[in-house]
Amino acid sequence: MAENILLKPTHPVGIVGYGAYVPRYRLPATEVSRIWTDGKGGIPIKEKAVPGLDEDVVTMSIEAARNALGRAGIDPTEIRAVWVGSESHPYAVKPTSTLVAEAIGAVPNVQAADWEFACKAGTEAMVAAIGFVGSQMARYALAVGMDTAQGKPGDALEYTAGAGGAAYLLGPAEESLAVIDHTYSFVTDTPDFWRRAYQKYPEHGQRFTGDPAYFKHIYEAGSTLLEATDTTPEDYKYAVFHQPNTKFPQRVGAMLGFSKEQIETGLLVPVIGNTYAGSAIIGLTAVLDVAEPGDRIMMVSFGSGAGSDAFAITVTDATLERRNQAPRTQDYIARRTEIDYATYARMRGKLVMK
Amino acid sequence: MEITPHWRLKKQRYNLVGETCPHCGVKLFPPRDICPECGQEAKNLYNFSGKGEVYSYTTVYDPPAGYEEYTPYTVALVKLEEGPLVTAQLTDVGQTPVEIGTPVEMVTRKLRQDGDERGLLIYGYKFRPVLERQLAQ
Repeated sequence: MAENILLKPTHPVGIVGYGAYVPRYRLPATEVSRIWTDGKGGIPIKEKAVPGLDEDVVTMSIEAARNALGRAGIDPTEIRAVWVGSESHPYAVKPTSTLVAEAIGAVPNVQAADWEFACKAGTEAMVAAIGFVGSQMARYALAVGMDTAQGKPGDALEYTAGAGGAAYLLGPAEESLAVIDHTYSFVTDTPDFWRRAYQKYPEHGQRFTGDPAYFKHIYEAGSTLLEATDTTPEDYKYAVFHQPNTKFPQRVGAMLGFSKEQIETGLLVPVIGNTYAGSAIIGLTAVLDVAEPGDRIMMVSFGSGAGSDAFAITVTDATLERRNQAPRTQDYIARRTEIDYATYARMRGKLVMK
Repeated sequence: MEITPHWRLKKQRYNLVGETCPHCGVKLFPPRDICPECGQEAKNLYNFSGKGEVYSYTTVYDPPAGYEEYTPYTVALVKLEEGPLVTAQLTDVGQTPVEIGTPVEMVTRKLRQDGDERGLLIYGYKFRPVLERQLAQ
């Protein structure tokens, strides 16, 4: 194996603050099956999170970013990059990131850009932020992964296409509540899921989304990171994988040698759905909410198209004083209003008004 | 299409940036040129905490133009911790009835779009019931 495939910055980098966001509304999967399959057949999750009428990736990113700042306790004018990864940016042309940067008080001495790589746009921004901080171009950089996912009515993805995500403030390792030990990225051109320009809903390759796409990329990224860092699954207290449904992360975790206990804390898809660019990283916020100093965490994202970013992370003592300085992921999950399919159709703009 | 009024108001709209009067110390929202308390120049920016409580409220079923898609919605007078009364929509109210005295916190949300789906998206402050924490602080 080539020695330089791990992505490791010159200066050590870590997570100075993190924040989750999940909107309050929940659509039970049984509501989707009631409308489209007469209630017959299995359902992939219990329920998914649905954004309110006045929510989008901008507003959700702002709240997650404020939570990250609350934990970090830094002056937002010290942030030199605000990068938001999503496949549901409200504008086709006009950055989400400038709005987020303005709302958190990070303007004007800042980089701002929107990232796109299906469900791994958030971790792509995190890796870039690690480079930005690790090269000492910036002391702090904010990376967000957030989505209000699009599910075509009646499609298999309508059960799971959820809403939510997380924000990570990357900074010097010595100020961090968790240190990023290593990252590794594995990318190929694999067309398993896409949405063409001007199309409202994505297309997917049915079973092709499994073995050649999701499982191949996560397995390669995860196993390579383990091998290159000379670690085994037993060295990690927790593991988090991209979670498009309940089964996939459980299966890929087993393929890599992780137990159910290692992945259950970060497995949120049964109760919030697939939050796309937010999926793996909101699993990580749920883990960071409870992890103890010294715990090691592996996270592997997956983005269709396709690729995976794998992270090896070690929690520091600073987590004990910072994790309660903003709402925990489970606080948002517990805040829950169940809606029916008709309300969902209205909230997601599926009613033709003109 | 209106751009400038929204652009000028972005700091107060996104983040409840008001003023504190350097002469009498009163906190002002929205910011203004002259302090209404002491009549002198007010110019020091002040970032409000966003915490407050419902002072009064009403529910809108017949909305003004631009807000049709959000009906019915609740508008409240919110008494901020620092003193000022702010008129704003409540959001994410859930099943719990709004009451006078309900503790609320500021969130930044979509207010409306300018004109039709080609227009600017306008964001600003709303208030929601304070997010309940599952663990004691």
